Amino acid sequence: MASSLGAQAHAHGYGQAQAHGYGDARSARFFRNAGDLSPSSCRFRAAMATASASILASPAIPRSKPAASQISRLQTQLRKKEISAVEIVTEYLDRLREKEPDVKSFLHISSSALDEAAEIDGRLARGDDPGPLAGIPIAIKDNLCTQGMPSTGGSRILDGYRPPYDATAVKRLKESGAVLIGKTNLDEFGMGSSTESSAYQVTSNPWDLSRVPGGSSGGSAAAVAAGQCACALGSDTGGSIRQPASFCGVVGLKPTYGRVSRFGLMAYASSLDVVGCLGTSVDDVSLLLNAIAGHDPADATSSSKVVPNYLKALVPAKELPGNPLAGMKFGIIKETIGEGVEPAVAQVVKNAVVHLEKLGAVVQEVSLPTFSLGLPAYYVLAASEASSNLSRYDGIRYGPRVVADELNAMYGASRGQGFGAEVKRRILMGTYALSAGYYDAFYKRAQQVRTLIQQDFKKALEDGHILLSPVAPSPAFKIGEKVLDPLSMYLGDLMTVNVNMAGLPALSLPCGLIEDEGSKLPVGLQLIGNAFEEEELLRVGHIFEQTVPTW
Amino acid sequence: MAMAMAMAVGSCESIVLLYSQPRIPRSALQIRCSSSLASKQTSSSSKIPLALQDFEAVIGVETHVQLGTATKAFCGCLSQYGAQPNSNVCPVCMGLPGALPVLNERVVDFAIKLGLALNCDLSLRSKFDRKQYFYADLPKGYQISQFDIPIARHGSIEVDLPVEYGGGHRKFGITRVHIEEDAGKLVHAGGGGRLSGSPYSLVDLNRAGVPLLEIVSEPDMRTGIEAAEYAAEVARVVKCLGIGSGSMAEGSLRCDVNVSVRPRGQAAFGTKVEIKNMNSCAAMHRAIDFEILRQVALHKEGLESKIRTVTMRAKEGLADYRYFPEPDLLELVLKQEQVDSINEALPELPNETRRRYEALGLSMQDVLVLADDKNVSEYFDSTLEQGADMKMAANWIMGDITAYLKTEKLSISDVKISPSVLAELVTLIKDGTISGKIGKEILPELIRNGGTAKEVIEAKGLTQISDEAEIASLVDKVLLENPKQLEAFKKGKTKLQGFFEGQVMRSTNGRVNPILMKKIVAQKLGLS
Repeated sequence: MASSLGAQAHAHGYGQAQAHGYGDARSARFFRNAGDLSPSSCRFRAAMATASASILASPAIPRSKPAASQISRLQTQLRKKEISAVEIVTEYLDRLREKEPDVKSFLHISSSALDEAAEIDGRLARGDDPGPLAGIPIAIKDNLCTQGMPSTGGSRILDGYRPPYDATAVKRLKESGAVLIGKTNLDEFGMGSSTESSAYQVTSNPWDLSRVPGGSSGGSAAAVAAGQCACALGSDTGGSIRQPASFCGVVGLKPTYGRVSRFGLMAYASSLDVVGCLGTSVDDVSLLLNAIAGHDPADATSSSKVVPNYLKALVPAKELPGNPLAGMKFGIIKETIGEGVEPAVAQVVKNAVVHLEKLGAVVQEVSLPTFSLGLPAYYVLAASEASSNLSRYDGIRYGPRVVADELNAMYGASRGQGFGAEVKRRILMGTYALSAGYYDAFYKRAQQVRTLIQQDFKKALEDGHILLSPVAPSPAFKIGEKVLDPLSMYLGDLMTVNVNMAGLPALSLPCGLIEDEGSKLPVGLQLIGNAFEEEELLRVGHIFEQTVPTW
Repeated sequence: MAMAMAMAVGSCESIVLLYSQPRIPRSALQIRCSSSLASKQTSSSSKIPLALQDFEAVIGVETHVQLGTATKAFCGCLSQYGAQPNSNVCPVCMGLPGALPVLNERVVDFAIKLGLALNCDLSLRSKFDRKQYFYADLPKGYQISQFDIPIARHGSIEVDLPVEYGGGHRKFGITRVHIEEDAGKLVHAGGGGRLSGSPYSLVDLNRAGVPLLEIVSEPDMRTGIEAAEYAAEVARVVKCLGIGSGSMAEGSLRCDVNVSVRPRGQAAFGTKVEIKNMNSCAAMHRAIDFEILRQVALHKEGLESKIRTVTMRAKEGLADYRYFPEPDLLELVLKQEQVDSINEALPELPNETRRRYEALGLSMQDVLVLADDKNVSEYFDSTLEQGADMKMAANWIMGDITAYLKTEKLSISDVKISPSVLAELVTLIKDGTISGKIGKEILPELIRNGGTAKEVIEAKGLTQISDEAEIASLVDKVLLENPKQLEAFKKGKTKLQGFFEGQVMRSTNGRVNPILMKKIVAQKLGLS
């Protein structure tokens, strides 16, 4: 039974790896359960069995066929009564607990997941339809409010905080029958690119436990990669879904700003924050987006545009025509494949471009002249909004309070002890940028840059249907490597922040592996589309995923 | 007493205090303000004309109008006064992590109404901003407000000063009107509700997020009474538009006044002092006059620099609010049709009512009383529409009806006498069917129980005696019963004619037709 569940945990050894000669002699061993319902399903367990020193560091996972949807498979099995929701959740919970001491991706594990699964089973037995995500164990980034579980945002200042309400995205998952399995680790309030800024623990990258999973949705990405959950919600302010997805070799979608309600997402930078999805396949990410997308009367910035059925855009591999991308134009952003990008990363991305061309697409280099302005402007805007959004953490209504003789001292002590270094740094920067006399030079200027970036993207997307770039200039780096060098950490967001500045949707797709100091590490390809055209990104991403050479 | 005084009138020291310390609770100050200043009224106001011979005061007012919407500005909580602490709260108005504001459309409608009523230019595109400061009653650490693009600006308001202050018509500029949210309320435990000496404070967030419109005036006022009248007119407009209760006493209309004094002929403004927390127009008037005198005295002693020095300190203490556009709310876009339809539906405004009454020929005293309250003026208008004599209707409303309302603590909408019945009553008196005295007699009955004047008159047997023969016999009886007076009359004491008339009237409890009766008395006395 268990083996038939087979989370395709880090089943993302993509074709490029083979092209690079990373073919793994151990391949044969992974197919001893080939008779299972899903041949690919055994990989995870096999990987576990082989990983000894670093439990999950077995990156060159053989790939006999393209990534398949865990959710669809589980749904089919569930509805055929081949498996129960309780069995699904038990399987994932067991694996979650098994991996957790090494990966440390969870801040809280649900104590009611099995009860919720039993309820789903009950509903199924009564002939109810619990929804398209029935019994699917989903992890939630801890900056999303969950009524039944603590929600800390990775911050001491919300230690023990239990929200009285569910974030809209969370509520919609529950309404779709999902079982929330736990809350994942993150950089405090989403501020960071390595999850090392969490006040609670450092999460490891399942591909190499000595490395970071990326951030800020590092817990979600690592949990998906380690098979601790079927898929996960994250949030993306400057790359916080895409970069960890890239580092952990999973699929990450940052939807268009306004596509998913932010209600219940602890605000970091309100004009940039987006709730999005992480999964092991484009199908799963599409299914997740189906559940959470759409207008929310509680979020004035959420769009009332009609939500398509994202799954419908996905064409099964068997039905794809010979040149499935014929007639499509892609633009690879020139500024993202030159200086500042590790050559190996650039090479993997270039290989992906070759693959797209083989599928019939025309790929041209495009230049976004304002690209380099994005990072500094982003850090001004995000820090400014953060300085304001984090004012509410004052120790008065919730969170730990340091007792002091008078109000200002209480604020100072509570916030001084409650916030970590990176958050303090951004509050200080943002407060400075918004101060009288500096506003025009910083905030206003950054907003002007933002407008230019939006215009550049608009122009570039008129010429090409989808823009391409690496997700990050490097693969996962070592834990501790950049902790003392915040600027270098910020530079890692170079490829992703502009997309948030323009509010566009972008997909982070595993496109290959590179070797770094003996570790094989995944690299992500970023596909950027027009606003509210997630459907197109997912369609193309799915074709890419289904056709990349296996090894 | 001295300290309460200083805070109430905003002396220099108190300004420093207000800015450098957490804000003083409104409720606490209101109590002091109204009681402590009462005794100062006459002394301050009477010295004003002399003080202003050589000096000129410049006064501007910032008014916060609490809107009477059913729900709060950015969430669905009830916007209700006097509920149990923290009973009208939700994640949004408590500033919980992840909560987002959503604008209440009624607030926008109300803002448009006020903007139009104050003759403002409306901004078809405006936006919200965050005004940031830390305080225990401000759950998000910022207040959602409008900074550089308010919903309305460049308006004006017209007032008529009370006759007892010399009267006069004034027009004051309105700089801007903008939408914002109220903060919560702090209750200081112990210490008699004061901050100092209180061991701890309790936070009540029922008021947090209640919608406000802030009206900023131009510094166009020159005396306390002008500023007080300005505030009163704003309150009248608010009530007339039905957008709020406009009550200073309840704190639903709050004025902060900036006062400065300069020598006459000087173009530059003097140094201003802000006065806060006044709970009535009268208190505003007194506080401003007191402050004017205080500043004039400082000028005369050559100590105007003292004002300046202290105020600069206050300025240093001023928070930098770090305004920036509220990213959680969209730009506020008004449609011209929306504005037009609200404009068409605007009621007659207090100033328009006053001009209309003035044109009718009413005295300014009457105009001011009748137009002071929309309900009263509407009542008066209906009474006139029912054919009542204008002056008589005005007198009845301002006199007996108002007196009754005052003693019974009622409002005109509570009375059972309809305008048509008042018109009937007035007409009955005017055409001599009943005397004014009987009118006064039956009024309480009509106010309490309703019914028509005729019904009450008949039920009480109060119809007028108009039969000449009957009157003649009544007169005869009176003359017979008062032989001494009749003798005196005959000897030339003609004033006694009135005595006989009075006696006849009394003998009928005022039911006798006075004109006929007077005629017959004269006849019987051999005068005609």
